[in-house]
This record gives sequence, structure tokens and C-alpha cells, in this order.
Amino acid sequence: MKGRTISPGKVKGVALVSKDPIGFYGGINIKTGVVIEKNHPLEGKCVKDRILVFPCGKGSTVGSYVIYGLAKNGVAPKGIINKETETIVATGVILAGIPTVDKIDIDKIPDGTTVVLNADNATVEMST
Amino acid sequence: MYLTKEEERILNGEHGEVFERMFRLLVRLGEIYGADKMIPVGSVQVAGVSYKSIEEPGTEFLEDLASKGAKVKVLTFLNPAGMDLENWEKLGFPKTFAKNQLRIMNAFKEMGIVITATCTPYLAGNLPRFREHIAWSESSAISFSNSVIGARTNREGGPSALAAGILGKTPNYGFHIWENRQPTIKIKVDTDLVFDSDFGALGYHVGKQVKNKIPYFVGIKNADTDQLKALGAAMAASGAVALYHVEGLTPEADLVKKEKLETISVGKKELENAYTTLNTGKEPDIVILGCPHASLREIAAVAERVKGKKLRKPVWVCTSRMMKEAADRMGFTKIIETAGGNIVADTCMVVSPIEDMGYKTTGVNSGKAGNYLPGFCKQNVCFANLDKLLEAAL
Repeated sequence: MKGRTISPGKVKGVALVSKDPIGFYGGINIKTGVVIEKNHPLEGKCVKDRILVFPCGKGSTVGSYVIYGLAKNGVAPKGIINKETETIVATGVILAGIPTVDKIDIDKIPDGTTVVLNADNATVEMST
Repeated sequence: MYLTKEEERILNGEHGEVFERMFRLLVRLGEIYGADKMIPVGSVQVAGVSYKSIEEPGTEFLEDLASKGAKVKVLTFLNPAGMDLENWEKLGFPKTFAKNQLRIMNAFKEMGIVITATCTPYLAGNLPRFREHIAWSESSAISFSNSVIGARTNREGGPSALAAGILGKTPNYGFHIWENRQPTIKIKVDTDLVFDSDFGALGYHVGKQVKNKIPYFVGIKNADTDQLKALGAAMAASGAVALYHVEGLTPEADLVKKEKLETISVGKKELENAYTTLNTGKEPDIVILGCPHASLREIAAVAERVKGKKLRKPVWVCTSRMMKEAADRMGFTKIIETAGGNIVADTCMVVSPIEDMGYKTTGVNSGKAGNYLPGFCKQNVCFANLDKLLEAAL
């Protein structure tokens, strides 16, 4: 699948897929990378070293700092795949240097599959 | 994207590391979102101020910028901090937290940023005009300035707003362009909205439904700026709504195209469901009002209700330092303090460490606060209108 480069880089990892948007501020613990938003489909899951797949960001604009902080604390996702990356997430991943691609049909990525994310070419491939 | 000769020089590092780094972020964002050029901004508002929100990584990021001589070029205001910057000791904020919070404030001050610490800059001295390009990053203030004032800002992240302040510019895309300000969904409100909390509940419900769409509301008969502030704040928190229009009330509503829009209705049942979802607690340990920061009118409403009474539970009214000054002069602060409550400036319940101050259940009348408190402050929430909340505290 081909999308749009938000932040460059190449990574391979296991997809953690959320059908719902993610608000990083108040939604993910900056020290542990665990999703803390009540009733969120990923509540209790850790984003560390996963390829985090979600439709779009939501909520507070402080989310950029949370993404940057997750990276500094070593608990950030390896890569991010979105349907539509908005500025809050884009600012965070650019500062944090997390490979990110959007304009991807995320319904085609099953949770738990190994994904090769090449954000330099804006491509996403399922590893076999 | 077209860059002027001067802008190219910045990107080549001729104006130093700070300019290059921050401009690179803006250029990258501009390229992603298809900006044709950079445009000047009239003012900036920066989020990511509380130590609780940005912690050590964010604090070091800001201290690094300040130490390298970063300075803002336009009027730049700040979001709430994690504590009352003057009365933190009296209000019981932890000392180590205060020390770190002051590091952040000093870094901002060194950059020439006005140490205002409010989510309602438009009530505190940073008021954009209709159609003015700005770069703001507090989600509720973005919503208010775009929708109620008709100024133009994207949903800036804390660092991209800071970059806009330092460069005095922002990439021209998204909500800066008229075509992108057209509504994408119609919301038909079929119920009366009586209390300010009704607007919060409506916003909470609609934000969840529409995510990042641009709602066009019909059926809201009247709303003052406090109620619109509550509506927009809740939609920005439960969804990512940065702009909405209300028929007959907001300045662009008559100008936008609203034909053939998908329509969803919100009635009494949906509003009641929103109240039910937001209520996760039974009895509040503390009541916190002013999310977004209370206007003078909202402070006066609290003073009127608690005058001559004795509060059994802590009641905080969060506001900007500027509104508190006015409340002091009008005697509202004294009335509320005599009853046992507090007017807390510069901070709010979401960004202050209330979970470390012994509180488990918080009473609020804000859809935004109700949305954030369970996750970020580990609080159960009692969501109700002002009268009910104050009754519970008396």
C-alpha cells in the first residue's frame, strides 16, 4: 500500500491496531507507553516498539509533546500508520523522528501482523 | 512550497540553529499539508506548559531552546500551568512539582512569551480579529477563535505553535484557506439547552460522533460566549473539532456553503446519555469549575450562589490571572473564599496534579473536564450543572 510520508525512516514491527482515534495527551502514559484512556479499544496495551495503527489523532494539542516524550523515555512506537495524520501527531513524530505514513487503508492491516513500514517511500507492506 | 530568499537563508542555517530547527518543522508541516507559502501570524498561543503534561523531555526541550537564544516575534500567550503560580504553596501543590513548573515558566519568559497561563487568551488580552491568521494550540481556544471570532488557525501542536511564534509565520494550509472552512456535517439540535453543562454534554456527544469534521449547528436558539466556549471545548476534547458554525450565532455561518450536508439529530435522549456516560462517580470530594477558564460572569455566578454559605467540600474556580484580578476588585474572590472556596489562577484541574493531592472524585460542569479527568487524573467524575454541584458541596 502506498500513502504519504509524514516523517521518514524504515522499520519493521508488529502492528497494534486501533479502530478508534488516539488522543496521546491523557490517553497514553508518557513514562510507560501504556494506553490509559478509559474504554479505549487499546486500554491497557503498551505502544512500545509496536507499529501503531490508528485512523487519526484526537483531543489535546499537547499530544505532540507526549509523542516526543515517549521517544525520549524509550517507550515510543517504532512507527505509525494513519488514515489521516493531523498536525498534532505530525509535529510529534517529526520532532521525535518516528517513521510515519498516512493515507493508508488501515482496515487492511490486521492487529498482530508483522508490517514493514518504509516511510521514505511512503509504503506499507505485510510481511509474510 | 514557495519560500522567499530570506526564508531559504533561515532554512540553510544562516540565522542560527534555533531558527533553522523550528523553521524546518514548519516547512515540513507545510509540505505534508500542501501549503503554497508561509504567511505572517498576528498572534500565537502555546500549549504544553504544565510540568505534568510535558514532564522532563518537554521541559528540557524548552530549556534548550531558551538557552540558545530563541525569542518570539509576535504576541505569544501560554496555556495553563500545572499550578497557581502565586498561591501554589497555600493551595497545597507539591514543592518538587512547583520547582519543575517554575523551570518551564522561566524558559518561556526568556523567550519573550507572556506568562499568562490561560486556556482563554481571548478573555485575557490576546484577542484576534475576524479573518486574522493566527497559530494557536490550546484545543478549546482554537475552536473559540476559529468559530466564535472567525480568526483562522489550524490545530497547532505545542511545538509547532512555538515555532510560529519564533518565526512569526505559519504554513498556509488547512483552516487558513476559506474553502477548507466549509461545514462537512449538519447537527440538528432538537432539545432545549438550559444550563452551561448542557452545552458541554452536547459538545461531548457531537465530538464523539463527528471526530474531526466541521459541524454546522441548527436549532440552537441562543448561546452566550461562555456557552459556546463550553460547547467548543467539549467537541475538541472528545473529538478533534477545530471549527464549527452555529446558524444565526457565529460569524461565518451565513457565509459558508451548507447545502446537501449529511445530517444527524441530537435530542433529549442523546443529551441524557452524554450525562450518563460522563458520570463515573457518586459523591464529589472536590468541585472544580472553570474548564475552560471561567469568565468574570461565571465567577460572579458562583459568588452569587455561595454568598453567606459554608462549603463542606473544596470548591475551586479556575481562571486566568486577569479575570481573578477583576474578581478581586468586585469582591467575588472574598465571597467565595469566605464560603470556603478558592479562586485558582493560571492552572486547571486537568493539568494540575490533583490525583497526588488526595482527591478521587471530582465534580465538574465541563464536558471537556469530564472527558479528560478519568484518564489523566485518575478521577471519577460527577458531571452536573452548577447548581447541583454547589448543592453537593454545601
